[in-house]
Amino acid sequence: MGYKLNINGAVREVDTPEDMPLLWVLRQELGLVGTKFGCGAGLCGACTVHVDGQARRSCQIPVGTIGAQKITTIEHIGETAVGAKLQDAWLQIDVMQCGYCQAGQIMSATALLTATPKPTATQVQAAMAGNICRCACYNRISEAIRIAAGTSEEKPHAA
Amino acid sequence: MRHEAMRRGVDRRTLLKVSLLAGGGLMLEATMPFEADAAVSGSAGAGSARLSAFVSIAPDNRVTIVAKNLEIGQGIKTMLPMLIAEELDADWSQVVITQADANEALYGPQFAGGSLSTPMNWMPMRQAGAAARAMLIQAAAKKWGVDPGRLRTERGRIFEIGGKRSIRYGEVASDAAALTPPDPKTLTLKTPDKFTIIGKPMVGVDSHRIVRGEPIYGLDTRLPGMLYAAYEAAPAFGGRLKTADIEAAKAVPGVRHVIPITGNGDYDGGLADGVAVIASNWWIANKARAKLKLDWDLTATKGHSSDAYQAKGEALLTAGKGDDIRRDGDPVGKIAGAAKKVAATYSYPFIAHAPMEPQNCTALFRDGAMEIWAPSQTPEDGKKAVAKVLGLPADKIIVHITRMGGGFGRRLMNDYMIQAAAIARQLPGTPIQLIWSREDDIRRDYYRPGGWHAFEAGLSADGRLIAFQDHFVTFGDGKNVARAGDLGAHHVPAGLIDDLALTRSMMPTVINTGWLRAPTSNALAFAFQCFLDEVAQAGGTDLPALMLSLLGARRVVTTPGERPMKFDTGRARDVIEKVVATSGWQTRSKQPGRGMGFAFYFSHSGYFAEVVDASVSEAGKVQVHKVWVAGDVGSQIINPMGAENQVRGAVIDGIAQAIAGQAITFVDGAAQQSNFHNFPLARMPVTPEIEIAWVRSDNPPTGLGEPALPPAIPALVNAIHAATGKRVRSLPVKLTET
Repeated sequence: MGYKLNINGAVREVDTPEDMPLLWVLRQELGLVGTKFGCGAGLCGACTVHVDGQARRSCQIPVGTIGAQKITTIEHIGETAVGAKLQDAWLQIDVMQCGYCQAGQIMSATALLTATPKPTATQVQAAMAGNICRCACYNRISEAIRIAAGTSEEKPHAA
Repeated sequence: MRHEAMRRGVDRRTLLKVSLLAGGGLMLEATMPFEADAAVSGSAGAGSARLSAFVSIAPDNRVTIVAKNLEIGQGIKTMLPMLIAEELDADWSQVVITQADANEALYGPQFAGGSLSTPMNWMPMRQAGAAARAMLIQAAAKKWGVDPGRLRTERGRIFEIGGKRSIRYGEVASDAAALTPPDPKTLTLKTPDKFTIIGKPMVGVDSHRIVRGEPIYGLDTRLPGMLYAAYEAAPAFGGRLKTADIEAAKAVPGVRHVIPITGNGDYDGGLADGVAVIASNWWIANKARAKLKLDWDLTATKGHSSDAYQAKGEALLTAGKGDDIRRDGDPVGKIAGAAKKVAATYSYPFIAHAPMEPQNCTALFRDGAMEIWAPSQTPEDGKKAVAKVLGLPADKIIVHITRMGGGFGRRLMNDYMIQAAAIARQLPGTPIQLIWSREDDIRRDYYRPGGWHAFEAGLSADGRLIAFQDHFVTFGDGKNVARAGDLGAHHVPAGLIDDLALTRSMMPTVINTGWLRAPTSNALAFAFQCFLDEVAQAGGTDLPALMLSLLGARRVVTTPGERPMKFDTGRARDVIEKVVATSGWQTRSKQPGRGMGFAFYFSHSGYFAEVVDASVSEAGKVQVHKVWVAGDVGSQIINPMGAENQVRGAVIDGIAQAIAGQAITFVDGAAQQSNFHNFPLARMPVTPEIEIAWVRSDNPPTGLGEPALPPAIPALVNAIHAATGKRVRSLPVKLTET
């Protein structure tokens, strides 16, 4: 089936089965490999993209269901003010180890700060719990979000 | 001491070669001996090995350093160039890092494992930088007609001491290329107080590309005309393909080829039988696997089930005492006559690696040559395996190293590389990217093997540990232990008490086992340090105090045997005392449902003591509040930015192994877990605060990928005991049942 997709501000045409997940359309039909394959089951968040500004797992979105919704990927997120601020924060404290999941982390964090500019630590945890980092850079992921949001440090577990 | 001698200057066995860069500038190749000796792991005969570094300085002052090692997230691609740049006195902002291909003949060892890259490269990389710096100084001295002793360097520039002249490296680089390389023994290395790059927190050299989603991982490899392959292997380890009906899969739109592959009979180190489905898009190929009608011979897999292993393991524990790994004194007699005895059985399951980037490899077979783009921790081994399995000459195989989305030891094995090459071999001229699904990754791993331990300890009337026994039941063919299922003769408390026995029994398995981050230690630390926590309490003390009394005076304990292991009790004491102080251990509060646990472990040359503060809810949910870490990996933390990340990641990895519910179970050789819903990894809400204290000792720096992990598990399990009074003797921790 032929589809016209609105991706990163441009219309891209693809010809794929309607049930092909957006992840594989992005990576292998369009060459946008910044969106990562981690589990194929919506369990790890490595493939997170924005669909009309919402963080969604692209491995769970059949291309045929997208229609005119606007897709934003990691390749384009630096064009948004929040995305750019998060990328800077990520670099400031060098969040990553292997780095493979970080595109998905940044996409989830961008959606969070766009909707909730000053999240509490609990809100950060809730928004980011769907993104696995196998290297477990979680301390720095939350710290980078704090830096970008300009919120002060708090300890969610210091009960 | 050896490293004292090394500090005086550059090793005189260093070979230096210089050439003029195309377009001008200096290219230096430094070939140096490296010593992965007692400072590392006691590996024998390493003193004769050599490795090479390549540095070039262009006329525009740009310094290019070849990253010869592989990046799996451990930070080596940033750290080794830092060593060169430090002694070169380069301007770090002008340093460009390029990734080498796999070529051990040229570069020396290229692997990521055993936390060995740091100790192996610490001196050689610095020597290479010092040599390049000396040549640039020499060229400037000649240009100005002054004595080289009157020149100094700083951030990519040469200055005349007391004079007004200065010149950029790039401006004399071409001149330097025409000079005779210096005699290595005339070169000296910086003293640590002069370091401007080493010890400073440096951002990873690929980080800016990662946050923008640029293609740098193996899975991001794209070649013109490339097709994607999925590989259907046997549903259980040891299965062989009898017949394959591939017609329905072939008929799926988008599927280009379906190719049954006959393995070489060695599914562990070689090629497993399977069927490759190849399509224009991997999702199509993977989905078409469901249309394959395959008949497998699963005879060999029968009975290889977790329940059967558990029953056999328990039977072996009590059936005999096993074969001696080490026996000192008379542990049996001493325990029998001891004033107090403690005995307990510990066990742990098989677990998977699950790096975030699923296994993948891209291969192109063309004109009799195989070109491979591989995320592999041992690319040279992979090259050899491809040569052997496919019958190709090794010089017809090129392996490009890609950045890896995690390794954790999984990519020390190259099964996916062999598969990709075997498929590409069938389709000359077409680049093939093999991708494993997450399910393939979890089900076809080289798992950390499970194991069982029956411990016994004898205590004196005043509570001292006087005799110790461990009967370890592991996997193996009766003669050889399964990969990563061993227990070393050096294992603490061996060498620290007079009457001790470590013994071993084995049972066979068809399951592939392998090295998982801190291999053997990730399991043994739990069993030994939790049992010793029981011993300490039986003796009326606590584990830090018991460990300190066992360690005794500061000295180096050397394990007897052909691979001697050196253990420095002073370094162990220092990290224990440090973490006891930072965590406030002596004044810890005792409140119901919350407690602190301690553990110490020595592995991969690193000494780590950790304290965990955890609480357990009435429903049995464990929450880790804070972890204090004290670690000694030598005199210098090379890149604190990466080092702290390694420690935090290792600690959280350990927490996940203990409480996330990680276990791989088998039914007739088939893994029962398949994805992150039933093999859970750590997520942000489990993350505690982690406070790290480095203990600097006068030893060469060693690696950090692994040694902080092992003690995290027993420290947490001991904290659970402190919180609840419950002894957890089997992983993963389950407090909600029973």
